[in-house]
Amino acid sequence: MAQIRVENLSKTYRVAVRDPGLAGAARGLFRRRHRDVAALDDVSFSLEPGELLGLIGPNGAGKSTTIKILSGILRPSAGRCTVGGLVPWEQRIAHVARIGVVFGQRSQLWWDLPVVESLELLRDIYRVEQAQFARTLEQLVGLLKIAPVLDTPLRQLSLGQRMRCEIAAALIHSPAILFLDEPTIGLDAVSKLALRDFVKTLNRDEGVTVLLTTHDMHDIEALARRVIIIGNGKLLRDSSFESMRAEVLRERRLFVDFADDGEPGPLEGARIVGRDGRTVEYAFDPARIAAHTLIARIAAAHDVADIRVEDPKIEEVIARFYALHGAVAA
Amino acid sequence: MSALALPYLAILRVRFQLMLQYRAAAFAGFVTQCWWGVIKIMVMAAFYAGHPHQPITLAQAITYTWLGQGLLGLLPWNADTDISEAVESGNVAYERLRPVDTHALWLARAVAQKAGGTALRVVPMFVIAALLFPAVGLGDWAWKLPQTAEAAALFAISITLALFLASASVVLLNIAVVALKTRRAANVAGTLVNPLSGMIVPLALMPGWLQGFLFWQPFAGLVDIPYRIYFGNLAGGAAAAGITAQLLWVTIFILAGRYWLAEVWARVDMQGS
Repeated sequence: MAQIRVENLSKTYRVAVRDPGLAGAARGLFRRRHRDVAALDDVSFSLEPGELLGLIGPNGAGKSTTIKILSGILRPSAGRCTVGGLVPWEQRIAHVARIGVVFGQRSQLWWDLPVVESLELLRDIYRVEQAQFARTLEQLVGLLKIAPVLDTPLRQLSLGQRMRCEIAAALIHSPAILFLDEPTIGLDAVSKLALRDFVKTLNRDEGVTVLLTTHDMHDIEALARRVIIIGNGKLLRDSSFESMRAEVLRERRLFVDFADDGEPGPLEGARIVGRDGRTVEYAFDPARIAAHTLIARIAAAHDVADIRVEDPKIEEVIARFYALHGAVAA
Repeated sequence: MSALALPYLAILRVRFQLMLQYRAAAFAGFVTQCWWGVIKIMVMAAFYAGHPHQPITLAQAITYTWLGQGLLGLLPWNADTDISEAVESGNVAYERLRPVDTHALWLARAVAQKAGGTALRVVPMFVIAALLFPAVGLGDWAWKLPQTAEAAALFAISITLALFLASASVVLLNIAVVALKTRRAANVAGTLVNPLSGMIVPLALMPGWLQGFLFWQPFAGLVDIPYRIYFGNLAGGAAAAGITAQLLWVTIFILAGRYWLAEVWARVDMQGS
C-alpha cells in the first residue's frame, strides 16, 4: 500500500502580465491581463513507506510546488493525491500532524526566542506529551549536535546551526514522513555532510519516509536510491539513480597528459572533447571500446606522462538529461 | 479542554513573554503617550471653557483622555508584525503546516500582543495620572476611579470585550495582508479606527444626529463604550446595550474572519520556492 499516491496532478498559477512602459502601467489600472503558467502538468508517482526519494529539476521545474501540494499548503488545479490515506488540502489538520516539512530558505523557529523555547512551543502546538518530547529532543539533540546552541536565540546562529535546528523542529512530533525542500542550500561542506548523514540515519533506523528536493547532485548521489526528474512541470523520469546515469551518459572520459608538445592525432574509437595545456580529454563509449585498448594505442604512439579514466561528473549527467528533454531553467 | 486549548495558550504565553522584552519601546511609547495626554487635556479644557454644557463633564473627558492614553496600544492599527513579515518573506506557508485552527491561533497571538503591550503602558500611566497627580495637587487633571462597584465590574467586562474586538480586527487585517501579499493592506485601519473609536474626540462630543450610528458601528466598542461605562455615563440599560453592541461585533468579526480566511487560503497561491 503506497504511503504517498500522486495521480495526474496539475497546478496552474495565474500570473498578471503588464505591457511595458508607462502606457502599459496605465492600461493595467483598468484592464488586468493574466497568463496561466503550468507549474505542474499531469504528474503521477507513488511512494512506499520508508522510501527515500530525490526530486530534482532546474529552477522553476515544479519541485517546490509538488512539496507544497503534498504538505497541504497548496491546492492543485487538477488531479488527485493522498498521503497516508488523507487528502492533504482537504484534511489539512489531521494531515500536517503526521508530516514534517523543512523549506531550506525559510524558517519555522522564532527569530527572537532561544531554540529550546521554540521547540517547547512546537511541542504544545503539536500536543506532544512531555515524556515523549523529552525522549525525542534528547535523541535529536544528540544526532544533530545542537546541545551547545539550544539556549541561544535563533538570530545568533550560523546558517549550518540554524538548519540543524530547523530539522529538529520538523521532527519534534515524530512524523512518519519528512519533506525537505532544498535543505542543503547555502550550507558549507561539513554541514552538508552532517545533514546527509542524519537524513540517511533517520530513513534507515527510524523508517521515516523522506522526499527531498535539491540542486546539489551530491545530495542525490549520497542519499537517494530513487530519483524523479521534473522539468517544465512534467515528470521526465522516475528510476534508480544508477540506471539513469548508465542510460543517459554511457560515455566515460580519458585524460591524457602528454610529455611532449607534439600534436596528438585523432584516436580511433574516441573523440577529443577538451584540451588544457598538454592534457587532452577524450570521450569514449566503454561498450564499444575497452579503456585498456585505448590506452595501449595512445602509449604506442606518444610519450605519455599520465593517464586517468573518469566517470562524467554528475552535474553533467543531469545537464545532458535536461537538454535531451528540452527542460531548461525557467 | 486543556489539551484542546494547549497550542493557543502556548502561543499566547510566548507572545506575551516577547512583548515584555521590548522594554525600551514600551518606555518610549509611555513618554509619548503622557505628553499627548497633557496636550489633549489642555485642548479639552479650552473647549469646555467656551462650551461648558456637554453630554460628558470636563472631569469625565479628562478621565476619558487618560484611559485612552493608557489603553492606546489596544487599537488595531496594524496586522500582526510576525504575520506581515511572514507574508513578505514567504514563511507564511508554515502557518498552514500547524495542526491547529489558523484563525484561533492568530486570535490568540493578537490577544497576547495587545494585552502584553497595553499592560506595560497602562500601569505606569495609572500610577502617574491617577495616584501621583492628586498627591501633588493636580487633582482636577487626574484620572478618576470609577464611582461605583457596578461601573467597575461592567468596565472589566467591557474592556475585555474591547480586547477581543481589537484582536479579531487584527486577524481581519492579517487576512487582508495575506490576500494582498503586502503589509500595506492594513494601512486603511488607522483612518477608520481613530475617529470611529472615539480616540480622537469622545463620540459623545460629536453631533447629536450622528449618535445612533456612532454607538452601533463596530469601533465604538474599542474605546467609547468601555470608557463611558467606566465613569458611569453609560449605566444600567445603556451599559447593557453597549456590551451587547460589543458582543455583536466580536461575533461578526470572528465569523467573517473565519469565512474570509478559508476563502483566501483556497485562492492565494504561494508561488516560488
